[in-house]
Amino acid sequence: MARSHKAPFWFLFAAGGTVVAFVLPVMVLVTGIAPTLGLFEGAMSFDAMSAFVGNWLVKIVLFGIITLALWHAAHRLRVVAHDFGIRADAPVAGTVYGLAALGTLLTAIALLGV
Amino acid sequence: MSERTIELEVLRYRPEQDSEPWFQTYKVSCPEEWVVLDALNYVKDELDRTLSYRWSCHMFVCGSCGMVIDGEPKLACKAFLRDYGNRIRIEPLANFPIERDLVIVMDDFMEKLESVKPYLIPKEEKSIDQGEYLQTPAQLKAYKQYSMCINCMLCYSACPQYGLAPEFIGPAALALAHRYNMDSRDVGRKAREDTVASHEGIWECSFVGACSEVCPKSVDPAGAIQQVKLTSAIDYFTSWLPGGGSR
Ligand code: SF4
Repeated sequence: MARSHKAPFWFLFAAGGTVVAFVLPVMVLVTGIAPTLGLFEGAMSFDAMSAFVGNWLVKIVLFGIITLALWHAAHRLRVVAHDFGIRADAPVAGTVYGLAALGTLLTAIALLGV
Repeated sequence: MSERTIELEVLRYRPEQDSEPWFQTYKVSCPEEWVVLDALNYVKDELDRTLSYRWSCHMFVCGSCGMVIDGEPKLACKAFLRDYGNRIRIEPLANFPIERDLVIVMDDFMEKLESVKPYLIPKEEKSIDQGEYLQTPAQLKAYKQYSMCINCMLCYSACPQYGLAPEFIGPAALALAHRYNMDSRDVGRKAREDTVASHEGIWECSFVGACSEVCPKSVDPAGAIQQVKLTSAIDYFTSWLPGGGSR
């Protein structure tokens, strides 16, 4: 039997799963919910955030979090399609991984532009 | 002993006379201490000798009496009547063809089991005079849990992936491959990897985890498959390095 090439995608999926479980909820709380409650007002200002994201280390960490979450979601969708009995794996995989790749590219462009 | 009348709705299928499976109801007065297998044995002995099912040890060791009881894959010898209502539905294991009544055709499972080489492949054969292969308690612990499998196939009945993609090698066989891979006396991981790391192997698993929930021996096949995924993924990457990997 031929060895499968799912391994690298699974690796991104597994790493992304950890990020999604542990880091993403905190990010949503800090950047999404907390400011609407009036918390961290000064720290969340445009100038402060631009300066923060301007740091290379922050860029790298953000890139990791966002893209791993994307690859995690892509692989999960591929599996969900399979679970729903959609057996056209190649086009499904192409679409979801393509979207993740596009998201990765856009993330890189956006972060480099800050 | 307190007794209770239980209606057993048992799936019947006799290929020479039934065009499709149907349910037959047996009323049995059962002591509360009985397991479902006792009730079936009562039916077989006293009410209907034509009923077919597999069983042997009556003590969760042989793995023969797997069936679907009230929708869940169970060993009939481990399904205590006190945990069920007055009507119990008994069906053969799901995802397998029915041979007769509660007896399923297990050829597919046997083939898959064989395909993962579930036996020790030692570095060098020792003759009996050369003595035992010694192992420390820690080396035993590394694989012991996975060696508890009794091949009851409950995990195949519970696995939605196996139901969807019958070519999937499945939980017990993959857990058993892991059992030998983890054994300090064994060097067969490379030989198993072609099957185990194929599409039909670990990568078909989407980690639903139902196998580990129904396993009567706490083997945790889902956990075993996740561990194999990690080592196989590392293999995959190191195989591109000069001199690395097991491809
Ligand atoms: S892994 Fe558990 S459920 Fe599956 S065949 Fe072995 S003992 Fe039965």
